[in-house]
Amino acid sequence: MVDQDVGPNAGPPRAHAAILLLSVLVVATCGLIYELLAGTLASYLLGDSVTQFSTVIGCYLFAMGGGSFLSRYVRRDELGAFIRVEIMIAALGGWSAAGLFMAFPLAADFRVLLYALVLAIGALVGLEIPLLIRILQHRFGFRELVSNVLTYDYVGALIASLAFPLLLVPHLGMIRTGMVFGLANVAVAIALLLVLRGTRAVAADLVAAGLVGASLIVGLTMAERIQRWSEIAYYGEGVIHSRTTPYQRIVLTRRGADLRLYLNGNLQFSSRDEYRYHEALVWPVLGRVAHPARVLVLGGGDGLAAREILRDDRVRHVQLVDLDPEMTRMFRDTPQLAALNHHSLSSPRMTVTNADAFRWVRAASGPYDAVIVDFPDPTEYSLGKLYTESFYREVARLLAPDGVMVVQSTSPLVAPRSFWTVATTLEAAGLTTRGYHAYVPSFGEWGYTLAGHGQPALIEAAHLPAGLRFLNAVSEPLMFDFPPDMARRVTPVNRLDNQALVRSFAEEWAKYDG
Amino acid sequence: MTAEVSRRAVLAGGAALGLAACSPATAAPYPGALLGADVRRGHRLRDAKGQSAFPPPSGAEERIPLVIAGGGVAGLAAGWRLAEAGFGDFALLELENEAGGNARGGGNAVTQFPWGAHYLPVPNREARGLIHMLRGFGMITGEDASGAPIYDPYHLCADLEERLLWRGTWQEGLYPASGLGAADIAQHDRFNAAMEHFRAAVGTDGRPAFASPSALSSRDPAFAALDGQSFAAWLDAQGFTSGPLRAHLRYCCRDDYGTEPDGVSAWAGIHYFAGRRGWAAGGAGQSELTWPEGNARLARLIAARLHPQIRPSHSVVRVVRDGDDVVIDTLDHLAGTIRRIRAGAVILAIPDFVARHVAPDFVGHAGFSYAPWVVANVAVSRQPWGAGVPLAWDNVSAGSETLGYVVATHQTQSAPDGPSVLTWYNALSVGDPAVQRRMMLRRSLGEWQKIIAADLLTMNPELDGAIERIDVWRWGHAMVQPVPGFRADPARVVARAGQGAGPVFRAHSDLSGLSLFEEAHYLGLAAAEGALRHLGRPVESLL
Ligand SMILES: Cc1cc2nc3c(=O)[nH]c(=O)nc-3n(C[C@H](O)[C@H](O)[C@H](O)COP(=O)(O)OP(=O)(O)OC[C@H]3O[C@@H](n4cnc5c(N)ncnc54)[C@H](O)[C@@H]3O)c2cc1C
Repeated sequence: MVDQDVGPNAGPPRAHAAILLLSVLVVATCGLIYELLAGTLASYLLGDSVTQFSTVIGCYLFAMGGGSFLSRYVRRDELGAFIRVEIMIAALGGWSAAGLFMAFPLAADFRVLLYALVLAIGALVGLEIPLLIRILQHRFGFRELVSNVLTYDYVGALIASLAFPLLLVPHLGMIRTGMVFGLANVAVAIALLLVLRGTRAVAADLVAAGLVGASLIVGLTMAERIQRWSEIAYYGEGVIHSRTTPYQRIVLTRRGADLRLYLNGNLQFSSRDEYRYHEALVWPVLGRVAHPARVLVLGGGDGLAAREILRDDRVRHVQLVDLDPEMTRMFRDTPQLAALNHHSLSSPRMTVTNADAFRWVRAASGPYDAVIVDFPDPTEYSLGKLYTESFYREVARLLAPDGVMVVQSTSPLVAPRSFWTVATTLEAAGLTTRGYHAYVPSFGEWGYTLAGHGQPALIEAAHLPAGLRFLNAVSEPLMFDFPPDMARRVTPVNRLDNQALVRSFAEEWAKYDG
Repeated sequence: MTAEVSRRAVLAGGAALGLAACSPATAAPYPGALLGADVRRGHRLRDAKGQSAFPPPSGAEERIPLVIAGGGVAGLAAGWRLAEAGFGDFALLELENEAGGNARGGGNAVTQFPWGAHYLPVPNREARGLIHMLRGFGMITGEDASGAPIYDPYHLCADLEERLLWRGTWQEGLYPASGLGAADIAQHDRFNAAMEHFRAAVGTDGRPAFASPSALSSRDPAFAALDGQSFAAWLDAQGFTSGPLRAHLRYCCRDDYGTEPDGVSAWAGIHYFAGRRGWAAGGAGQSELTWPEGNARLARLIAARLHPQIRPSHSVVRVVRDGDDVVIDTLDHLAGTIRRIRAGAVILAIPDFVARHVAPDFVGHAGFSYAPWVVANVAVSRQPWGAGVPLAWDNVSAGSETLGYVVATHQTQSAPDGPSVLTWYNALSVGDPAVQRRMMLRRSLGEWQKIIAADLLTMNPELDGAIERIDVWRWGHAMVQPVPGFRADPARVVARAGQGAGPVFRAHSDLSGLSLFEEAHYLGLAAAEGALRHLGRPVESLL
């Protein structure tokens, strides 16, 4: 049968055998890569990596078994069947990562799609080796044949399993890895077709292989854009900038005039109403300090709180401490973003330090006349440390005797227990407090806590500059009024070794989100 | 430290390494180094069998009133006690380049990390000397109305302390919280009640049944009898047969003693649970004290105070009595010379298997057994997470034979992601320790790295591509094993009885049988106070 296909004059049979054996190596490598890609992607997108990996691998192996079984229905022209299988694998496997990425935000049930793809690729890969064995059975003795095929198969698996984590994912990323191995499948198909040129009609298959190969090459060049596009679908608005730093994924989107910043998928501000948030964060403090010459900002790498602070001519020096150098660089050097914060991060009055504030405060020395504490919400135990009694004691040490500080304290409406935990904790650190809240449409009802060393300034009226968009002498005092649904309640102190805040925060928001 | 390793094992290990160099399968997949106690220095002691292999002492004989041999926690604690008594006329000789012993640590650009001991449970009320020291270090900042110490929260293990990978999900705590049958739950409750009972129990001599330090425990035969059988046998006899319970107890025995439950005495097994009555204000009694570099924090704080007295890279090679004095020969590894010191008293704070060779007149018995451990520090470019509760300080998988990993940046970092170092632990507790030790030394760096990376990636597949470096430390004699009968072991009884006599005082945690900071610290203090009294310096005991 094989001799019919290849023919004695189609070239030296040994050379074909070598090409075919080499293709065992390639297809084995590709097969395992697709499996690893599906497993990694599933755990990346769905979480719970152990489950994802084991179910993906299980389905894949099962489908391979199915493919092997189906190979018995290929009655003639194994070589042709093998070549077509290669082309199909190239298309499905090559595009698998890109396809899953793009489908994730759109698909109603991502899992159905994922497992359908895994089953399809697995079944096709399962067809490969039985077909090859049948093609090669006249070239080698049975013993030699099985040994050869299995050797190349396992060597291919080894190559794939080492290269995937060490080389491919770090250097190519998942989307490109899929495409590169899709091209390898295409190459096997094309190489065989070229060798067989004289003996059979190959034109249709060549065209198909060429088309799939071309699509993969185009895909390779567009991998970056595909990744971005998949995020566009996720955020529902245009992604104009995105970057993965060692600390977080920073995504900036724009719809019309509205710029939005997301850190790890959580909204940080919308340019439409951030002035409300930042005026309410900064001015109740600055308006209550007689001489705010030195101001400390902890967090706030977007430079927006700093913008408000620098409007005050009494301020001589702002020290800003933010974890992520990428974040502060982006908001200093991207024209659009620097325009939003009025170039606060490159002001001569500004010093930016990139450090973990939890460590920085322990080594720093004050005094600061005003301290603005603007950290992400305590969604994680690590972030929760920035809301503890120990941390506030260090900040209190840095705060001048008549200084005032403010802490962004999540929503008193959604999470009243968490909101008041911040006040309880500041008080445990020896400070007096006063909570207030403001309405910021993109966040909802938002809360802040003023704190100081017991000076009367906290309860006095603030001196506000003219020209603010949100606060004036009438609206500012209203923020300190808490209706019953947000009223103060008894809460524990948030300590490093109990992380009461992280726990209540998770509970209250989960209840609110349903 | 690895003086017991046979030459053949080392040669075999060397051959394996030689082969490894030419075979790609064992090439190290990550940057890193294979580390461990200085085997060469250790071997010189064992092979010397006393003195013959060493050159004769050179230079004038030095006179020092008191010498401490060994700078682990026990030796350092002894030195701290002397300093606390205002006594500075001593020298501490340490074989390694740095004091600390099993409580040493390392560091990279991101963080400090431990190489061995990594935490200290909040001490019991009876650990008076230890509490005194922690107060001196500013870790205890005051007392509440009842007199309980107030700990500075920076030193208490931050929440989330522990998580367990159980059936594909990370859950809080190290005991499975879901999927247990009614019988499993009932047994677990019964076990906790039994431990609670032992925790509160007081012997006929008025002492707690299980004290920490263990030397202060009751000698009441009712409790002493528990030393005669293995923990596994005791559990069987009590009907504690639940699979999840036994798996958890096995983890505890391996984590604290490096030993399987059938190799641990029931007394030691129960001590793990019943010996802890941490005394602290504000409900911190259940907590642990920990630092990025682990107990190296404490070792270094003491060592800084003893800087003038510590002589690193100095092995004690021979200790003999000469009239009322003790003569100590010490090998300076940097200069390559032997010097002789004449002292009025010496504190032997070196492991028993070394002391047997260098001070045979004072240590004579068959020897203790030791568990080998492997510790790896794994530098990662981003932190692990996984389904379920987020990253904790101590992360353990119910499905793995290893002891999991602790996160070095847990106490110091507030960034939810970013680079860190994971300290991976494993006790080679199955079977004969000597065989495990040989295998441990024979494995190449690449082989260890593969084992460690595979274990970590099974727990946290998302670490794929994030592992930047794996350094591996091999502890040949990591921990003495509290085998059945260890409390009644004549070697320990004799050593403890000899504590008051002098001029040689012994102070290594081997003597207690429990390789724990509190034990080493207590023995160091006891030896120092004994030695001071021997030298005619009255001291008010801190014990
Ligand atoms: C991997 C590991 C993890 C551990 N984790 C914990 C933990 O989390 N908590 C805990 O409480 N305990 C832990 N331990 C137990 C630890 O052993 C004890 O807490 C304590 O550090 C033991 O101190 P030591 O002084 O008794 O002994 P060692 O640490 O053994 O000190 C002996 C010292 O003597 C030196 N020495 C040896 N021979 C000579 C010589 N001839 N001359 C001069 N010096 C010599 C050695 O170099 C060493 O410095 C751990 C141990 C290991 C190995």
